[in-house]
Amino acid sequence: MANQSYLKALNRALGDEMARDPAVCVFGEDVRSAATNVTAGLLTRFGPQRVLDTPISEQAFTGFATGAALAGLRPLIEFQIPALLFLAFEQIADQAHKLSLMTGGQARVPVTYLVTGSGSREGWAGQHSDHPYSLFAHVGVKTVVPATVRDAYGLLVAAIRDDDPVVLFAPLGALRRREDLDFADVPPVPLGVGRVQRPGTQVTVVAVGHLVHDALSVAEELAGEVSVEVFDPRSVHPFDWSGLAASLERTGRLVVFDDANRSCGIGAEIVAAAAESMRLVAPPRRVTRPDGAVLPFALELDRALQPSREQLRAAILTTVGSAQLAGAAHG
Amino acid sequence: MGHDADLESADVDSADLDTASIDSAGLHHAGVDRAGLYRTVRLIRRFEERAIELVRSGVIVGGIHPYIGEEAIAAGVCAALRRDDFITSTHRGHGHVLAKGADPARMLAELAGRVTGLNRGRGGSMHAADFGIGILGADAIVGAAAPIAAGAAWASRRTGVDRVTAAFFGDGAVNQGVVLETFNLAALWRVPVVFVCENNGFATSTRTEDAVAGTITGRGEAFGIPAHTVDGMDPEAVYAAAAEAVARARAGDGPSLLECVTYRVDAHHTFEYAARPRYRSAEEVEAARARDPLEIQGARLPEPVRARIDAEIEELLTEAVLFAAGSPHPDPDSALDYLYADGTRTRSGVG
Repeated sequence: MANQSYLKALNRALGDEMARDPAVCVFGEDVRSAATNVTAGLLTRFGPQRVLDTPISEQAFTGFATGAALAGLRPLIEFQIPALLFLAFEQIADQAHKLSLMTGGQARVPVTYLVTGSGSREGWAGQHSDHPYSLFAHVGVKTVVPATVRDAYGLLVAAIRDDDPVVLFAPLGALRRREDLDFADVPPVPLGVGRVQRPGTQVTVVAVGHLVHDALSVAEELAGEVSVEVFDPRSVHPFDWSGLAASLERTGRLVVFDDANRSCGIGAEIVAAAAESMRLVAPPRRVTRPDGAVLPFALELDRALQPSREQLRAAILTTVGSAQLAGAAHG
Repeated sequence: MGHDADLESADVDSADLDTASIDSAGLHHAGVDRAGLYRTVRLIRRFEERAIELVRSGVIVGGIHPYIGEEAIAAGVCAALRRDDFITSTHRGHGHVLAKGADPARMLAELAGRVTGLNRGRGGSMHAADFGIGILGADAIVGAAAPIAAGAAWASRRTGVDRVTAAFFGDGAVNQGVVLETFNLAALWRVPVVFVCENNGFATSTRTEDAVAGTITGRGEAFGIPAHTVDGMDPEAVYAAAAEAVARARAGDGPSLLECVTYRVDAHHTFEYAARPRYRSAEEVEAARARDPLEIQGARLPEPVRARIDAEIEELLTEAVLFAAGSPHPDPDSALDYLYADGTRTRSGVG
């Protein structure tokens, strides 16, 4: 057992899969020099034919990976900045993702898109601070957002082994986390399976990515007043709807804590799905970025648009309070 | 490659050729399968004509982008490829798919949206694929398949296979950034890919000269990619150029670009039959028809050989139409089959 970092988990998962399967290769900008540390040591270990620095041509190298996958390889592309996915969106959403269906099952496109450092990185302004996982869930691309060191390892292994394209968003807010664990003991985490990170009885907080840790802190702070269950979906597509329903069976109340823009974000879908068919005794609430937000540069402004612990705490108390009021009115 | 010679070859009558190198039946010349090239051109022409009939009769919904007049390019390029070589194709892709060897009956069934189609009715006219013979699929986004072709080519070489990939695209694609990015990557990494630009004169209704600054071959040359303009109306000229480019790629010498000059004599898409957009005169189209790849290649064969091939194609396509029209439609409950390669099922749209 050793104290391991989230970045190390990504590095180990990638290295372990490259060692296990010679079809796994890495494309990206500055992957040989390991600008993000995720690819550290891989060039020396696996050679230049499996670790390729690409020109700054996101559309071409993303499509290139699709073609390599069709020819039998299992590429991983690292994107250092989430907004680069917008450049490659056609090649992911419209090509890689659609080929299986459009070819009647002939094509398999096992490509992993790893975004190292998604979300605000504080002080990097509008074009480096998006967290666009909802966009990929919307178009149906398998999308995972690990919150913990353990899940960073387990989900990246699962993503690489998956026969479909998978986007893994590693939130900037989680990259410096550390846990005591031995990677050899960490199994792959199946896509579409969430995890209750803290059990509770009165309200379910669905938190995505790094916000899981903020949710756990708030739950701990409120422990004397409210029993909060923290549900980490881990995958935003496919989503663990049965896991969420089971949690709401226990609590009947829902707050979604989602570092995505409000309109059409995954939080909206979670609330809608719960309202349609799950047990709710109080109106569900969301704590998200504002509608269509662009994060401004100045630190105060950047933070002002990100979901905060204070907002979550208020939402939890309102949800629990409104239920108690409703209960009192009916009584 | 002397590209002037290629341009002239269309005008060379078979009687002018060195008779010593023509086999006894007149079907081969200097290693070129003349009858085979004619057969492919004829197959594509008649396939497209039958498909247009099926569009008009409603058997094919959504229409097609006819390849009529451009058949020499698919025939010539694919004749230079092996069965295990890869191609990527375009929205105007029937010719490429047929020339690479796909079953015309299953191709037509795909156009008609039947379960017996190449893609089980999931792709249609713009997405036909047959992975068993290296057809990685037609692509409806202009230029988007170029990096896919390059990636497949690179991966083939990396896994030790001397396979070549041909990427077909039109003149419209040469203004797409992704194509230029792909030229750079392919040249940089000496990828065994042949870029085949079909310059048919129009990006939908916009003339090539109104859309392309500089030249098409200049785009390849800028990246150090050997680029040649070829008479895209002459199957043998295309074959000769493609064979050289394919050999170069297979030898590990990297990509080539062929600009095959042709003319789209039919509609951009069959919707034009009703919409009748005005972007060229009937006279211009008639003038272009004077150089027909079918006649250019047909004139190189003894008449009885040509007649025999024509009859064989008619029979093949009669059977293909019967097969397509008689094949079952898919079960609506299977609409999301194959969405994920591993069979993952997500929620339906109701409930």
